[in-house]
Order: sequence, then C-alpha cells, then structure tokens
Amino acid sequence: MTAIRRTLSALSQYPSAIAGLAIITAMVLFSIYTVIAIPYSEAVDLWRGGEGVWLENPRTAMPKWVNLFPGVNQPETIILGPAGETEVDSVRKTREIVSEEMTDVITTFTFDFTADEFPQEISLFLTSEHEQKRPLVSLTWLTPDGREIRIADVTVEGPVTVRFSQEDKLERRLDGVRPEIGLFADPASNEDDPRPLKGTYQLVAAGLVFEDDADVDARLVVYGQVYGLAGTDHLRRDLLLALMWGMPVALAFGLMAAVGTSVSTFIVAAIGAHFGGFIDAVIQRITEVNLILPVLPILIMVGLFYSRSIWVMLSVLIVLSIFSGGIKTSRAVFLQVKESPYFEAARAYGAGNFRIIFLYLIPRLIPTLVPGFVVAIPSFVFVEATLAVLNLGDPLLPTWGKVLSDARVNDALYQGNYYWVLEPAALLLISGLGFAMVGFALDRVFNPRLRDL
Amino acid sequence: MTDAALPLQPGAESAERPQTQSTLARVAQYTGLRMVALVFTVLIGVYLTILIANMGGYVDEIRVGYIRESVAIAAALDPELKDMSAEERLAHVDKLVALQEKRMGLNQPFLLRSLRFLWGAMILDLGWADNMSSDSGSRQVRNIILERLPATILLFSTSFFLSFFVNLFSALYLSRNYGSLIDRVIVALAPTSAAPSWFYGLFLILLFAALLGWFPFGGLVSAPPPDTLIGYALSVLNHMVLPVTATFVSSIFLGIYGSRTFFLIFSNEDYVDMARAKGLPDRVIERRYILRPTMPTIVTGLALQLIGLWFGSIVLETIFNWPGLGRLFYLAANIFETSVIVGSTVLYAYLLGFTVFFLDFAYALLDPRVKVGGNPGGQA
Repeated sequence: MTAIRRTLSALSQYPSAIAGLAIITAMVLFSIYTVIAIPYSEAVDLWRGGEGVWLENPRTAMPKWVNLFPGVNQPETIILGPAGETEVDSVRKTREIVSEEMTDVITTFTFDFTADEFPQEISLFLTSEHEQKRPLVSLTWLTPDGREIRIADVTVEGPVTVRFSQEDKLERRLDGVRPEIGLFADPASNEDDPRPLKGTYQLVAAGLVFEDDADVDARLVVYGQVYGLAGTDHLRRDLLLALMWGMPVALAFGLMAAVGTSVSTFIVAAIGAHFGGFIDAVIQRITEVNLILPVLPILIMVGLFYSRSIWVMLSVLIVLSIFSGGIKTSRAVFLQVKESPYFEAARAYGAGNFRIIFLYLIPRLIPTLVPGFVVAIPSFVFVEATLAVLNLGDPLLPTWGKVLSDARVNDALYQGNYYWVLEPAALLLISGLGFAMVGFALDRVFNPRLRDL
Repeated sequence: MTDAALPLQPGAESAERPQTQSTLARVAQYTGLRMVALVFTVLIGVYLTILIANMGGYVDEIRVGYIRESVAIAAALDPELKDMSAEERLAHVDKLVALQEKRMGLNQPFLLRSLRFLWGAMILDLGWADNMSSDSGSRQVRNIILERLPATILLFSTSFFLSFFVNLFSALYLSRNYGSLIDRVIVALAPTSAAPSWFYGLFLILLFAALLGWFPFGGLVSAPPPDTLIGYALSVLNHMVLPVTATFVSSIFLGIYGSRTFFLIFSNEDYVDMARAKGLPDRVIERRYILRPTMPTIVTGLALQLIGLWFGSIVLETIFNWPGLGRLFYLAANIFETSVIVGSTVLYAYLLGFTVFFLDFAYALLDPRVKVGGNPGGQA
C-alpha cells in the first residue's frame, strides 16, 4: 500500500502523468456508466438491428454540434405525429362526415423550418384501420409563401411509407428538381443554387375512409442533416452507441492483452533464468522463431478461417506474444537478480523452485514490468482497431475500429464526412495518449537511470 | 572503422595481418551459423503458417469439393458422355476426381502433403490462383506476389532509411542539447508513437488530400501514368509523400526519445568523462566513445522497428491503395485466395528473416565482442 502511495506521489511530479491518469479515470468511469446504461445484449441488438431500428434517423448525418460553428445552420430531423402523441398544435387530426359512406380524416402537420440547408429526405409513414375498403389519402404541401403543391394520392393497405424522393410524378411537377429541394426552395433564389425558404410549412394528409370505424394515422419525418451528439452512419445507426461501447471494449481488450502478454512473458523468462541450461536454451530458440513469425498475417488468417470473435483474437494474440522480444530484457534482469545474496539465502534454506520463482524473482521485478505494461495497453487497443479496419472486427460488438472501418469502406474522407473518421480517431488517440503518458512517467519513476533525463 | 584504434598500438602492426584474417573468418563463421539458424526459423515459421492456413485439412476439403463440382459440370456439358447412363457417368466422374486429387497430391497423408507444401512454399511454388491474376495477366501465385514486392520495398525502405538517419542525428543533437526546449518537446511527443502508421495516414489523407488537395488520396502513380521516365518517377514520389510521412510520424518521436536517452546514459560513463578531461573534441567523443558502444543496441531497436513496419504495411497500403504486398494480402484475404495468403505470409517471413540476418551482420561488424570471438585475450 505504501509502495502504491509512494509511486503516486512520485507520479504527481509529472504533469503529463496527472493528465494521463485523469484520462484513464474518466475512461473507466465512462465505461462503467456505458455498460450499466446500455447492457451488452441491448447494444448488440441495436447495432445489428439494421434499418428497422433506426428508421427515423437520417443517413450519414453530421453531429448536431456542427451548428455551433459560425455560419453553419444545418437542419435537424423533424418528427411529427401520429396525432395524439405529440403536441396538439403541430399535428391536428379532424374527422368530417362527407356522406353516409365516406368520412374525411384530415391530419395536418405544421412545422417551422429555419435552417440554411435543405433536409435530406422526407418520408410519411401511414397506417390504417379498416375492414374491406382501403382508405385513400391525398397529400398536399403548403409553403410559407402560400403555394400549394400536390404530392401524391396513396391507397393505404397495411403500413405504407411514402418516400417523397421516390415520387416521380412529384419530381416532374417540380420541373425535375429533387422533391426535398423543390418543396423547400425559395422561388426567388437562383435556380442553380437554390436556397431554402424559411417559415412555417404544412403538410395536409387528407384521408378518405369508406367505413364507419375506419381510421388513418400518419407520421411525418423530415430527415435533417445533423443528428445527435455523434451523427449517424450509412445505415442510419447512431454513432454515439458505437463510440460509447467502444470505450469498455477497448479498455477490456487492451488491459487483458497487456496483462496476458506481459505476465506470461515474465513467467517464461523467470523460468528460463532460474533453471538455465537446456530449458533456457529452448526458450531462447523459441523466442528467435517467434520473432520471425508474421503475427499480423497469422491473426488475419485466424480471423478469416476460424473465428472473428474479439476474444478468440485476443487469445491468439496473447499466445503469439508469450515468446516475444520482451523475454530477452526480462531474462537479462533476472540473471542479475539471481546473483543477489537474498536469493542465495532462499536457496540455502531449501526453498523450492516454485517458491523461488514466484516469491523471490518475480516480485523483485514487478517495478520494471509495470511501465512496459502500461505502455503496451494502447498498442493493443490499436491492434483491435487495425483488425477492424481490415474487416476482421468482432461481428457483434460495436467498436471504434469498426466505425473507422465502415467510414473507410464508405469513402467518408472522399465524400467529406469527416466527423465519421474524426470521432473514433480522436477517442483512440486520447485513450492511447492517456496510457502512454502514464507509462512514460512510470518508466522514469521506476527506472532510476532515467530519473534525471 | 578499426583504423581509429590502430595508432594506439604501433608495436602490434606486424602481428596485425593474421589477426585480421582470423577476425574475418570469425565474422564469416558467425554470420554463417546465424544464417543456418535463420533458415531453420523461417522453415518453422512457414510450416506453422501452413498448419494454420490449412486449418486441419479444411482447405483441402474445400478444394476437393471444388474439383468435384468442376469435374461434374464438365462431364455434364461433354457431348461424348451424353449417351452414358447415370451410373456410368457417376463412375466416370469419380475416376476423374480421383485423378485430379492425385495430381494435386490430395490423396497423400496430411504430414507428407504438408511437407511437400512446405517445400513448395519455401521456393514460392504455390501453383495457380483461382480468382486472382497479376497485372501482367499471370495466374501463377509466384508472379502475383513478386510483382507486388518492389512497391512495398520502395515504400518501406524509404521510410526506414528516412527515420533511421533522422533518428540518429536528432538523437545525437538532443543528447548534446539535453534539457533544451526542443528536447522537452520531443520527449513530450514520444507517447504519440502509440498509434500505428495507418492511423496517422487517415489524418494526413484528411488534411492534405481531402481538405487541401496537395497530394493524391492514394495509389502508386497518377492515371494515366506519365509517358516519360522522369514524369513517372515524379508521380510516384508525389504519391509516396503521404504514406512515408505517416510511417515516419508514427515512429520517429519514440525512436528519437529512446536513442537520446540511451546516448545520455552512455555519455555519463567514466571513460567519456575521461575523454572530455583529455580535451578531445565533441565530435570525436561522440563517434568513438558514445556511438561505438551504443551502436549494436541502436541497430537492434531500429531493426525491430523495421519488422513492425512490415506488418504495418498491410493496413497502411490498404489505406493508401498502395499496390504492394500488404494490399495484396488484404485483397486475397477478402476473397479467401488461400494460396496467395500463404504465399504472402511466406514472403513476410522471408523479409523478416532477411531483416534479422542483416541485423546480425551489422552486429558482427559493429560489436567488438563478435569480432574477438569472446576471447578475453583480445580485449587489450
């Protein structure tokens, strides 16, 4: 306990170590929060849910905070209806009996549009309750300057989705302009560079039902260009989910891999140094073979042929790293320790091999192990990201590497979706720097030769 | 390099000649032994690769299934076999399949087959690729792989030598100006090497290709390639800037930090103080008293860095669309082209083997302990 306190007080003299420790603490707390707030199964379900779960999100939308930049005013997504669920003012539904057999069910959506850019898409989700005769819905668009544009007439059978961008007749009526632009464009603005008209828009969904109990419900979604804190990807998924869950996954992977490799390497080096002779020679030879083994290609092959599970990859990585170059360094230090008098004393009172290795050799060297261990964590976090970028990420879990991989495959940089790359990259960089800064400071604390350098 | 020490022992000059020859012989013996050991290590590495790639015979099963299917289709389309009854045709197909399996050596026991495959892999005789071909149109795995090698070597040797020399000279400079502002900046930047090169590559593409448009997004040359040789070389250079910078940035700060610290530790040794007290100029002290004993370790560190570079190449080349070995591996992995995957892995093992061999050779030249063959009498 006192050793830990002494280490911490020594660390506190390095500003970078304090910053690093703050980052690590924040990451741990945030990971705990994430795992509690979004349980594992829920996260996997959401991430794998596909478009059904994320139907009302825009595609590749930037995060909302881009609007904080001066001169940027991107539209947010507007979701209205069905009547009765949202505010009364914005969605109004009225029933009028036209004749004995026909009733008008009119839903009016009213919303303000104030952004400088056009929305991404407009969709209307219609559902109906009827016995035999299908209701008929005609849609009309009312602009702030009083124009009235007929959208389409739809027969509602079960759930129907009207995607305005796919209504060819509407596009023709708008002189070939895409509906999401034509419906919002200011007629006074330049045709080649249309600007949206700001003001209050209305969509009237006039349903004609032919039965007494029949009803039509509608839900309007005007997809914006920005979404949430992190934006969305090409499958409309909220990136925040992946960015949040990426944190515990990265921490767990980095920590386990670092513990696994450094502890196993350490034990093997201790065994070799203690027994010497044949065992030591064999360990040395295996280390040399291992140095030449192409680790990443082998990992890739395992991912391709056997399993892509993150835990399988982790085990293979640890197994391949047991006989890594670290053995040579540890062995050199062990051989030095072996000559110490206390070591001889242990042997003199008849301590067994196991006791000597685990109670005399290893504890003495833990200080040299710790810095390397901390520095190794971020490199393993990046190994996970590397595998994901090569399409070998875990198929279930959302991770930072998978987000980067999706962004790369969908040409995010080429198409200007910079947030898609920058968000996971920034998180990777911050977490990597956090561990590396603490590790470097620890190295100086534990390594007296470096203390003044 | 040895002549620096000669004037100190003028009397030993006559005895020097046989001594040099035996030194040469010792260096040759040392490197020879290391070479044999390395060939064995490469063999073991490649054999392990084959075992993993073949996943206990699973790949063979896929191949048998493929043979059976193609033979059955060929038999169904063959007009000469039209008159045969179903049973006859089945027997005929079985016979053809057996012949094919024998031709590919699939009927032999796994151990024998894997050894044959090992030999084939070592000389890169891996047969034909099913779904890939080289740019020159060959389907032979060896041609496909070797065609990509120059691009990879060009990219990574450039990166390696750039970081090697920048590393060495900046580290020397910093160890001389220890504690200065630039020294502290480099030390503070050392943790940035936690991120691999492809990661910085993404940022570089974003900044210099997407936003500023100064350099291309990726590739080897512009399309269509320039006609003149100079134009071609310039285009390749232009395409190389970003990947080389990415590799350089990802390794340089940690490398400089490590070398500088190492130089500093050694410049505190007593014999360096002694040399200073004698009034030797700084350059001579650096060359003779600091660089000489630290060189083997520095070279080891850099060679390990080069090994890291080879592996980093898979992702870096994929990110930059660089038509090298790494990108080939990625493409082959995506379409399960086993022979190309194994072939690339073998080539990686060879590259690593060569790296380690040159490291050993440099060691033999640089490390006096190898030269004197561990004979304590040699250290006068």
